[in-house]
Amino acid sequence: MSQGFDFSIAIGGAAGQGIATPGNILARMFVRRGLHLNAYNAYQSIIRGGHILLTMRVREQEALSHGDHINLLLCLNQDTMTRHLRHLGPGAYAVYNADNITPGEHQDGVHLCGMPVTELTGDAKNKLAQNTAALGVIAHVLGLDFEVLESALTLQFQRKGEAVVSSNVAVARAGYEYSSANFTPLANHLPQNPDPLAVWTGNDALAMGGAAAGVKFYCAYPMSPSTGVLHWMAKNARELGIMVRQVEDEIGVANMAVGAAHTGARTMCATSGGGFALMTEAIGSAAMMEIPVVFINVMRAGPSTGVPTKTEQGDLWQALGASQGDFERIVVAPQDAHDAFSTIGEVFNLVDRYQCPAIVLSDLLISEGTFSVPPDDIDMFPPIERGKLIRESNGDAGPYNRYLDTADGISPRAVPGVPGHVHVVATDEHDEEGILISDEFTNPIKRRQMVEKRARKLDDYFTRVAAPEVEGDEDAEVTLVGWGSTAGVIEEAMEQLRADGVKVNRIAVKWILPFHAEAVTEALSGARKTLIIENNHSGQFHRYLRSETGITADGHIRKYDGEPFMPHHIADGVRAHLAGSVSGGVFVPDQEILV
Amino acid sequence: MTIELREKPLTAKDFKGKVDPDWCPGCGDFALLRATQMSVAELGLSPHQIVCVSGIGCSSNFPGYFNSYGMHTLHGRALAVATGVKMANQTLTVLVTGGDGDGYGIGGNHFTHTARRNVDLTYLVMNNQIYGLTTGQVSPSSSLGMKTKSTPFGNIERPVNPITSAIMNGATYVGRGFSGNIKQLVRLIKGAIEHPGFAVIDVFSPCVTFNRDNTYDFFRQRVAPLEDEGHDPSDWKSACERAMEWDERIYTGLFYQDQAVQSLHAREPILDGGAPPVSHVPEAITQEQRDRIVRRMM
Repeated sequence: MSQGFDFSIAIGGAAGQGIATPGNILARMFVRRGLHLNAYNAYQSIIRGGHILLTMRVREQEALSHGDHINLLLCLNQDTMTRHLRHLGPGAYAVYNADNITPGEHQDGVHLCGMPVTELTGDAKNKLAQNTAALGVIAHVLGLDFEVLESALTLQFQRKGEAVVSSNVAVARAGYEYSSANFTPLANHLPQNPDPLAVWTGNDALAMGGAAAGVKFYCAYPMSPSTGVLHWMAKNARELGIMVRQVEDEIGVANMAVGAAHTGARTMCATSGGGFALMTEAIGSAAMMEIPVVFINVMRAGPSTGVPTKTEQGDLWQALGASQGDFERIVVAPQDAHDAFSTIGEVFNLVDRYQCPAIVLSDLLISEGTFSVPPDDIDMFPPIERGKLIRESNGDAGPYNRYLDTADGISPRAVPGVPGHVHVVATDEHDEEGILISDEFTNPIKRRQMVEKRARKLDDYFTRVAAPEVEGDEDAEVTLVGWGSTAGVIEEAMEQLRADGVKVNRIAVKWILPFHAEAVTEALSGARKTLIIENNHSGQFHRYLRSETGITADGHIRKYDGEPFMPHHIADGVRAHLAGSVSGGVFVPDQEILV
Repeated sequence: MTIELREKPLTAKDFKGKVDPDWCPGCGDFALLRATQMSVAELGLSPHQIVCVSGIGCSSNFPGYFNSYGMHTLHGRALAVATGVKMANQTLTVLVTGGDGDGYGIGGNHFTHTARRNVDLTYLVMNNQIYGLTTGQVSPSSSLGMKTKSTPFGNIERPVNPITSAIMNGATYVGRGFSGNIKQLVRLIKGAIEHPGFAVIDVFSPCVTFNRDNTYDFFRQRVAPLEDEGHDPSDWKSACERAMEWDERIYTGLFYQDQAVQSLHAREPILDGGAPPVSHVPEAITQEQRDRIVRRMM
């Protein structure tokens, strides 16, 4: 299979050195050429200092992960050079400011592209000059005409005025010309696809999914890595008529969301594990009062404060068990940014239909990653189905029972303000009328009736939500099982394994609760060797799969160092399992790139 | 000839809920329930226009006894839920009812921020200075030295002052009532509902079962209506000074009111110019909006 152009640029430096700007400029240049982008930013919870490594993979075909290699390393400080030069293979480039950074030991065939930045710019004081000069070098190495970079710089800096644009263009040109005179460009120039692409982060996608689904109330407390959703919402609120509130804590967020949703507004909130823990009581209240709300948990490495800027799939059981009691909820783990976008629309129709809460499990990898997306794939007009919602007077003077025990368990839901439908919703158990049966008049018959009514609501759930299917080779020697954000990297690992002649297939689970137990059991019934891949230590999904299906996997590939899987981590794990060289059944790949 | 059909004006009775209160005989909460029913009837409100939101506790059972839309939510969270209700549908009259533990203890954080935001809510706190539903433990408003089941040797914590707290946090209508004076309660509640901002009324609502210190008699000997004192509710310094008095004389009535501060929904840009509530606008965005968003991504 032809791989086409596939090139990863890593920009490394300390927080505050201005990594984002060259990253943005390059990203825009790539997607305007119609090239696919998958960028992962490894960073720390620090505003100045530390070590950041932004890896941008640009590809002629779709890029499902941030890849295995660094083809060009831009070092903004010595630390970056020291950490990562050894990862560069033959033909790779190291671009750096030769005034203050020295390369060390390196493999043969690495292009060392030192820029005499002070000499090129005539300005020893401007600390950002090396970033711009480097863009000139990168544009040359990629075989681009300088005009392409010039227009990208103009676009980036035009808000800051003509002087800023022209000084940046001059520095970039000096870098470009120095590179032309001294460095060898890539043999395969950066290609161009016919149609330009757009670029978004996973958090943008989640927010846009909400906007498209008709979210009119969004509230949040800032928490990495979910804050991007709040930022998108806040920025676009006025234009889209979305009310956005920043609340004092996540307890307030979740409860405010419940209140807003009760009035009929589609309501969403996002947080990460710690905030989600604070939200849990309110999630149960939404279930008890039968109010549809979508709660997003963007998972990061835990427990407790954990590693705020690192990824993990460690909150599965937290979502499954969020809030006390035994109640119906939907848990879904989207597989990538575009999937996150469209999942939100689907989830809103489900929660409106079933009048229950839903939990969307994203993670840092999806949410803070930057990805290309074909603009025509951004369908912001999903079907909007509000279920049995009564928002206007229908002349019905009653009697109205909010929790009417209907055949499908779903009761017509009137919102406050509608005449003839006055009722009280309660977090206490209640009867069909909404009258409490918790304190003075407990009633086992009515309690059972209400528990069964709520449970029955989801009876037709499986007819509305796609079951996972086996994808890949028939008669595979190994079947890979993943959930949520690992779908893309597993697919790339499978491509690598196939190139080695390994027959492999997989199932990617997205809809977690209720669980497609029959479909998954059927899908795995023919598997010769089942390996479960997840970004946590204890195998949370494996335990869940076993509890729902009785299936025990033959082996595991797990990563819990805070960094996401790279394709070769999984491919290596599969090879090791096939060779029988995994002791204890769990393969844990080493994270080679230390960030 | 047309016959004009005029519905009979509603009375307090029309706001009686589906069930009778399960409060102990003599509980102060009965008076506040009655006063609230009278207030909304006198203001000409209909049950469907009102949402009564509560947390958990004896007094938080209020919505079940009051004929309006109601939400009986989680312990301490009524103000957060009510803010969501009011902001998503500003046309509703939103009452919040609960106790001192619910509002000043577990819900204290929301109390601070709801006041600061000046959300247009009427918050009625039935303050009995004790945890009643859990059978008599110390509350954030229990007096220093008070003996309860959780402070058998006397409370060593000083009580919160709801009036000064509310004023300092930014509430724009702050009053204190007493279950022994329904007339004053009705005046305060009507004023609170009509006030366009966060209105707090702390109501001495004696717990006849678990609080033997702060009884009807205790208050009857001390309460002094501010109306009789020539107090100017726009004078916050005087309001705070009077709110600090406790031992000999305890003032009731309207301590503070500021009508110049806009409520949160009045400041909300997307509700500018009398926009409809977000609960009732069409969900779908327009093609033009979508195209603008996508253009910015390219």
